Amino acid sequence: MTTPMALPEGAPEEVVTHALVRDVDLTPFGFAGNLALITLDNGFDHNRPNTFGPQSLQALGAAITDAASREPAAIAITGKPFIFAAGADLSGLAFLNKREQALAIGKLGHDVFRRFDEIGIPTFAFINGLALGGGLEVGLHCTYRTLASTAFTALPEVFLGLVPGWGGATIVPKLIGPERAVQVIIGNALNNNTMMKSKDALALGVVDAIYEPSDFLEKSVAFAASILSGARKIERKDYSTDPAWDASLAAGRAAALKKYGGAEIASPTKALELIAAARTNTRAEGFDAEDATLADLVMSDPLRASLYAFNVIQKKRKKVEGAPKPALARKVSRVGVVGAGLMASQLALLLLRNLKCPVVMTDIDQERADKGVAWVKAELAKLVEKKRMSAESAGRLTLLISGSADQQVFAGCDFVIEAIFEELTLKQELFKKLEQIVGPECVLATNTSSLSVERMSEGLEHPERVVGFHFFNPVAVMPLLEVARTSKTDDATTATAVAIGKELKKTMIICKDAPGFVVNRLLTRFMGEITDAVDEGTEPAVADNAMRSIGFPMSPFELLGLVGPGVALHVAETLNKNLGPRYRISPTMQRLVKEGVRTFYIKDDSGKLVPNPAAVALMEKGDKPSTAEEVRMRALKALAEEARMMLDEGVVSTPAEIDLCMLMGAGWPMHLGGILPYLDREGISEAVSGQRFHAPGIGSLPQ
Amino acid sequence: MSRSVVLVDAVRTPFGKAGSMYAGTRADDLMVRAMRGLLERNPKVAPDAIEDVAIAAATQTGDQGMNIGRSATLLAGLPKTVPGYSIDRWCAGALTATTTIAGAIAMGAIDIAIAGGVEHMGNHPMGELMDPNPRYLAEKLVEQDALAMGATAERLHDRFPQLTKERADRYALNSQIKTAQAYADGKIQRDLIPTAARSAELGWGIATIDEGPRPTTTMEGLAGLKTPFRPAGRVTAGNSSGLNDGATAALLASEEKALELGLTIKARLVTFAFAGVEPEVMGYGPVPATIKALDKAGLVIGDIGAFEINEAFAVQVLAFLDHFAIADDDPRVNPYGGAIAVGHPLASSGVRLMLNLARTFEEKLDVRYGITTMCIGLGMGGTVIWENPHWNGTASTGAER
Repeated sequence: MTTPMALPEGAPEEVVTHALVRDVDLTPFGFAGNLALITLDNGFDHNRPNTFGPQSLQALGAAITDAASREPAAIAITGKPFIFAAGADLSGLAFLNKREQALAIGKLGHDVFRRFDEIGIPTFAFINGLALGGGLEVGLHCTYRTLASTAFTALPEVFLGLVPGWGGATIVPKLIGPERAVQVIIGNALNNNTMMKSKDALALGVVDAIYEPSDFLEKSVAFAASILSGARKIERKDYSTDPAWDASLAAGRAAALKKYGGAEIASPTKALELIAAARTNTRAEGFDAEDATLADLVMSDPLRASLYAFNVIQKKRKKVEGAPKPALARKVSRVGVVGAGLMASQLALLLLRNLKCPVVMTDIDQERADKGVAWVKAELAKLVEKKRMSAESAGRLTLLISGSADQQVFAGCDFVIEAIFEELTLKQELFKKLEQIVGPECVLATNTSSLSVERMSEGLEHPERVVGFHFFNPVAVMPLLEVARTSKTDDATTATAVAIGKELKKTMIICKDAPGFVVNRLLTRFMGEITDAVDEGTEPAVADNAMRSIGFPMSPFELLGLVGPGVALHVAETLNKNLGPRYRISPTMQRLVKEGVRTFYIKDDSGKLVPNPAAVALMEKGDKPSTAEEVRMRALKALAEEARMMLDEGVVSTPAEIDLCMLMGAGWPMHLGGILPYLDREGISEAVSGQRFHAPGIGSLPQ
Repeated sequence: MSRSVVLVDAVRTPFGKAGSMYAGTRADDLMVRAMRGLLERNPKVAPDAIEDVAIAAATQTGDQGMNIGRSATLLAGLPKTVPGYSIDRWCAGALTATTTIAGAIAMGAIDIAIAGGVEHMGNHPMGELMDPNPRYLAEKLVEQDALAMGATAERLHDRFPQLTKERADRYALNSQIKTAQAYADGKIQRDLIPTAARSAELGWGIATIDEGPRPTTTMEGLAGLKTPFRPAGRVTAGNSSGLNDGATAALLASEEKALELGLTIKARLVTFAFAGVEPEVMGYGPVPATIKALDKAGLVIGDIGAFEINEAFAVQVLAFLDHFAIADDDPRVNPYGGAIAVGHPLASSGVRLMLNLARTFEEKLDVRYGITTMCIGLGMGGTVIWENPHWNGTASTGAER
């Protein structure tokens, strides 16, 4: 290895994955000769997977040299128990500040991995466990691959804002053809980073054989022996003349555009270019192109923002900022849901599935309550039908759900959440009434999206047990939960809420009770600027498309269509009342709600989305139209202004929590880092408030 | 109502030295490997046709606990409908698993089952968690020597002064030589299931041969070894079996079922017996056990043409041979060597004797009967008499002698 590799300054010490070499006698497997077997092992258990940083790559390079010097019939590589390798060590990437460093890391990976292809004897990857990114790529350089039947594999680079740049983008298309390569590299990565099950990996041709984990290594060695002896042959196809190239690449482009609301984002675009080049290039040419692409991406702000976002999501999933000691949480063994409408029923199902304790629902009459219970039971039955739940589990849960018109059923509950009509006085009355039924320590939670939790707790005997517990629709799918504390909410209540949120497998932030909490406050402010621009006379299409290039998953009007104008208007009105006139009430929105027009777009006969004439007709038409750029700037400035106000008010304590909320609650893309790293790098933060949200180097390139 | 019981096949993992090549491998994983290897070699046996699994271990805690019979069955991926149980008769665990399963087959309760044993003496040193009742010594039920196996071997030397250290060493040397020859001829490897074993320092490897054999052993070397059980004793590490890790598994069936499914028949079980002796001379156990088994079978020692006797200690084998007036180097005895060379992972060894005997049966078509026998701690012996299914009807070599 000639490239000198040192960690960039400030980077954490690399956890080195060692590469150990041993000889395996193949005689008992039917081949007279030895296999040199390399084991990747960083010395920790499966909770700390093997990764490849510079030292790990050099260790692997040395192991390959050692293996070759034993003059074996073949070389194989495998992992430690349960883990093959989880890819590149990303912890150092955020500290790289020179393109040459980035280039050197890409090249080092190639220089080591490609030896498995160029060494002149058959090589095998025995993928015994999780193999992600560079972890799978090292195996792709080998001549053959076996996979444990329980192991998951993926090339998640594009999800992270990178490309499979240690050979993946070049080898995969050559190995399995363009259609499947686009699925593995683009489709899976953009579909919430879907990992391949072993049977998928086999069907796609990524691996050559699957064996059960109990004797995976023995079977894999036997596989190797059968290849060496000629008893078994694996045919590889030449895909350069495959007819599917153009269509596959086009499908990949379409998938990326759809994912990012029409924006052309660097990582999928570059990955598709590398895939396209693999049709005719040599591996060496492909690797050089990968190196250059990787270096460009690594030295870009969007990648740094993605890495930041990835780390924030990973970290905050485990640790909730500002959470009281978990020991303060009270035991929850009976749960109440007030309301039996769709939202309430979804909440009941989520609580039931995860807490597995009695869940009681109420509504104004027995019929409505029964309807909610019936919906929950039907959902359980669907899960059984889809084989996602055993009949026993569904049977158990079915017995635990019940509904009533009488709120006395909440007696004995430890946690009651309301999901009734968004009207403060109704909620205040409800909580007063509930206090007469439940014990003094029962948590009273509200799923309100914009009303004051503090005011709901006013006049209660125990206001300290009231907490905001705000989900996002659909509650089972959206990962974020905003836990809102009033000035009186005590630690035991908050700890109990957080403990329940953990059981529900939600990512949580704890915020101060403030109108709209975090996500709705920012989204409503942002959307208000768009509707405002339209009301002032901007062409709806201009306003709505003003931010396409940023890469939000959907345009403002698409989002409004999903939320529903009624809900959006209601939230806007509440925030207008509580936060002031910067939250404007759009006459257009008012008319849409009044006339019952729900969507801004409809599908035409060919299935294409076109403006809904009914909505267009109701739009306010002012005489001060803005350009797209003006719309974009005012919307982004509004975000920066509102985010700064939220931090100043202490709604949340750190900018990272705002980013987390937008990533997990609004589905905003990782390359924006949530949103604040993007506002920083566009100079908008400083233009608005004279300061950045994050220091340079956090979610952006170091300066 | 008794039905004929046959040995369909038997396999084992390579045996490791305790805490060496299997230091990073669990006992239950060794057992699983043996069971899967056995089933892989016998594809005609559908896994769901296995009606019971009896697995022996002398220390049934940790990775040998949790009802290792059932646990290994689940871990081996056998259908959940296949039951399993654990057996313990110390060193004769797998032998007892075999006879217990055979009893169930003979009386018609089941048709096909697995019997096996495992001992990871690295993970479970002898005597681990042992809590002898104080009455043993207070009431002089046994002497102190009874609980230390090496001491019982010394006691055999005491009882039979003609069994000298020199004879024991020569027997041990012969065991090493026979094993080395058997390895050279490829006769041991054929029943070994290659077993993956990982070491944190070395990474993954595959065990393909026993770790214990010392083919370079010499009489001089043996003579110089320490006698750890008493000063100026006769029992050494060289003329004893080692401390080992390993697992064995055998497939047993009613003869009727084996014929119906077209399975191999490697040996036919004639009868078996267990017998007790004073715990202080537990090594003598095979003598009364064999007398009892021969008696039940209506055979005499001269009818036996092949012996597989566990070599816990050379002196214990010699006591047996002397009793039956068989020469120390009689070629009918342990032709592939024995536990002194390949090792003795306690409860697993019984099936190793069986798989060796089955190979002798294949080679010696004039041998009609053979025995597997072993001594057992706390004063017992166990003997199983087998009939050679390949016997060609000629006079047994044993009868001629």
